[in-house]
Amino acid sequence: MDELDRLESESIGIFREAFAAIHPIGMLWSIGKDSNVMVWLARKAFFGHLPFPVIHVDTGLEFPEVYEFRDRVAREWSLNLIAAPCPPIEAMDQSLPPNARSASRKTAGLKQVVADHGFRGIVAGIRRDEQSTRAKERVFSPRGAESKWDFRSQPPEFWGHFATTVPEGGHVRIHPLLSWSEIDIWRYIQREQIPVVPLYFSRNGMRFRSLGESDITVPVPSNAATIAEIIAELETTRVPERAGRTMDHEAEDSFERLRVDGYM
Amino acid sequence: MRISEAEAARPLRIVVVGHVDHGKSTLVGRLLHDVGALPDGKMRQVEANCKSRGMPFEWAFVTDALQIERDQGITVDVSHIPFKSSKRPYVLIDAPGHREFVKNMVTGAAAADAAVLVIDVAEGVREQSRRHGLLLHLLGIEQVAIVLNKMDLIANDPARFEAVRAEYEQYLASIGVRPAAMIPVAAREGANIVTRAAAMSWYQGPTLLAALDAFAPKARAVERALRLPVQDIYKFDQRRIVAGKVESGRIKVGDTIVFSPSNKTTRVRSIEQWSAVPGFVPPQSAEAGQSVGITTEDEIVVERGDVISHAGDMPFETDVFRARLFWLGREPLEAGRRMTLRIGTQAMPVVVQEIGRIVGSGDLSERAGTRIESFDVAEIVLRASRIVALDGYSANAATGRFVLSDGADVLGGGVVELGGYPDQRAATTRKGENLVRVEHRVSVTQRAQRNGHKGGVVWLTGLSGAGKSTIAVALEQVLFSRGIQAYVLDGDNIRTGLNANLGFGPDDRAENIRRVGEAAALFAEAGFVVVTAFISPYRSDRARARAAAMRIDGAAGFHEVFVKAGLETCERRDPKGLYRKARAGQIAEFTGISAPYEAPDLPELVVDTETLSADQSVELLADYIGRNFKF
Repeated sequence: MDELDRLESESIGIFREAFAAIHPIGMLWSIGKDSNVMVWLARKAFFGHLPFPVIHVDTGLEFPEVYEFRDRVAREWSLNLIAAPCPPIEAMDQSLPPNARSASRKTAGLKQVVADHGFRGIVAGIRRDEQSTRAKERVFSPRGAESKWDFRSQPPEFWGHFATTVPEGGHVRIHPLLSWSEIDIWRYIQREQIPVVPLYFSRNGMRFRSLGESDITVPVPSNAATIAEIIAELETTRVPERAGRTMDHEAEDSFERLRVDGYM
Repeated sequence: MRISEAEAARPLRIVVVGHVDHGKSTLVGRLLHDVGALPDGKMRQVEANCKSRGMPFEWAFVTDALQIERDQGITVDVSHIPFKSSKRPYVLIDAPGHREFVKNMVTGAAAADAAVLVIDVAEGVREQSRRHGLLLHLLGIEQVAIVLNKMDLIANDPARFEAVRAEYEQYLASIGVRPAAMIPVAAREGANIVTRAAAMSWYQGPTLLAALDAFAPKARAVERALRLPVQDIYKFDQRRIVAGKVESGRIKVGDTIVFSPSNKTTRVRSIEQWSAVPGFVPPQSAEAGQSVGITTEDEIVVERGDVISHAGDMPFETDVFRARLFWLGREPLEAGRRMTLRIGTQAMPVVVQEIGRIVGSGDLSERAGTRIESFDVAEIVLRASRIVALDGYSANAATGRFVLSDGADVLGGGVVELGGYPDQRAATTRKGENLVRVEHRVSVTQRAQRNGHKGGVVWLTGLSGAGKSTIAVALEQVLFSRGIQAYVLDGDNIRTGLNANLGFGPDDRAENIRRVGEAAALFAEAGFVVVTAFISPYRSDRARARAAAMRIDGAAGFHEVFVKAGLETCERRDPKGLYRKARAGQIAEFTGISAPYEAPDLPELVVDTETLSADQSVELLADYIGRNFKF
């Protein structure tokens, strides 16, 4: 077993624990590279089936390539897709910096779809190495009625025993990719030939390293035009993955505030 | 043993632990910097964060990501940070050192291959230095490097280093831990982290990074006995797939396997895997670490919690076992506490039967006691509500360690220590193929032991309106609240179900009571205190009920209780309006009016409801049961 086998096996185990303990479950699908890997792993966990819907929390501001990819892959993989709209930016917390405010629409859209469908488990494809508050997450992260992340008192989690009990009126976030790194994701995409949105590949010396809304995501300089070239780039780069996600860099705690409020 | 290339490419997970303020986060920040692992802009960001708080550069801000952590200068929860040395990739797990966050430290440490334990050499060995050392040992982390930090504060004095080093090494030896290295470090200066410190030329051992590079990943348990705890059974299509993760050993198509504790045997028909690759051929075998699905040759009923093994090397089966527990609950743990045991994928109620030696808080001195305080480590005996399939921790880690939870909260973890209790597999396996009588595998005495009291029958008899039902249901509630397994069989309830086909003639009345007597005896045999509330007017019927209950060896037998109230009183009470109807001739053969009531000759107890209130009557009975059903 190599590192990818080990990560795959761990993620499959997490999916199966979630499915055995929590009903109903919805899985967030941002159409980004990580969540494509996540859908792939879920199909492995359930032997080609996907026994719960995938949710695209849709701000309406994705790049056109993302929508095109979403509709094609949803059809080809027979996904039960819920496209969940987000409330307008005017309804958001005005004390947040502008880009974080835009991002917070996703939190609101997510809370709405959780309420509408009564989901008690939400699978999200976040990774520890992406961002320093995500580095502190649990695999099973209970959320109360307001979806808030209580980072001050997270449940103990060891030896594969997770906090699978759903809080009253709330839900549990399940993070099957938490121990994957960015380069693991790309190596797995390469090995398994998982499709990704073409925006990740360099055009005119620029590529998207992390995909978000078109209003708050910018490409970074790169000549990596193939998966192999992306992997080679990641082996030496010192640029953080979310450098092109403007919402992270407006204020010292803007991302933490988003996450405490229920952002992914 | 040479490790394969694939294993070498796997990041080694290193947890950094130790007492609060001994410099763990600083060490991590400095290490990341010195190996060149910090991304562009990180140093500038940390500088800005420090400047805005009017403080000098703080290495700990590299990993203390949360606002509260930077504001209070402590680590609250675990961070996972990847980096690479020239030898291999790593994930550093920065764990909090504050006492309040021991559960987070455990969470971080349990995921590690090896540990770095940091001690402030100027302050010396403190409470969490010892506690974390002990917890690492219980969590199965065998590779430990000790960093004696802040050497700059003691002017790199080798004598003071040696004093703290010797003290801690002695403590580790007392709990059976041998550190791989004990390294003098000044984290702020980067001394002996990646580069050797000229100021400590007296130190001959490895730098921290060299010590880390010498560690090996935890070996997968491929060479141990097969253990595959069942996570779930899927029937998404025509296949019935048993899914789970191989925790140890190997499994092959065609293997004869046993499910424990259900004790069912079959063979592996196939190992299932999904692949998008056309012409994919599923594997013929799988080994430790792999999440798999199998189909079996026989359609046997198995469930989540069963452990798959080979027939020649099965897990231990018992409902009582010893363990070493670390307790994370806020409230102290005392004997008698009921919780949920989670071991492998099994989950069931357990009770703490006994508390042995406790390694206490603070100085970690050992003591005998009955209360396990937060973060203590203790020897305990757990009794489960049914047979558990498990292993001794030293034989098989995955099936030899468990957590205890209450509701949503994981309150502690422990490792199984076999010994002192027999394997019950033989005793619970039926030997003959053609047995006529089914022998229980659980004895009446075992049930009484579990419940803490004997089963038996409390037979209330008396006129309609004497108060039998009122007393019975109130009594059931009181007994239940006292932890007694009690159940009421009441006349009207039985007559709507079990005895729905019976009328009120003498024959049917006798049959009614015969059935109730047999049912009560079954409940008593199952360990319950059965309270029956039937007029049961005939002595001979009550005698038969007594005989049925007395057949059970080891139970508390039959206790006839005369619920006494005169006919006049009962007729005046007339709670169901039956006397009125009987007097009006609307009910034939009504006891006391048109049919006899034979009062008991020698009842075990008389409850006179003309002189006692309902509460007093219940109390009298509850006390009587407390005395007479004691185990």
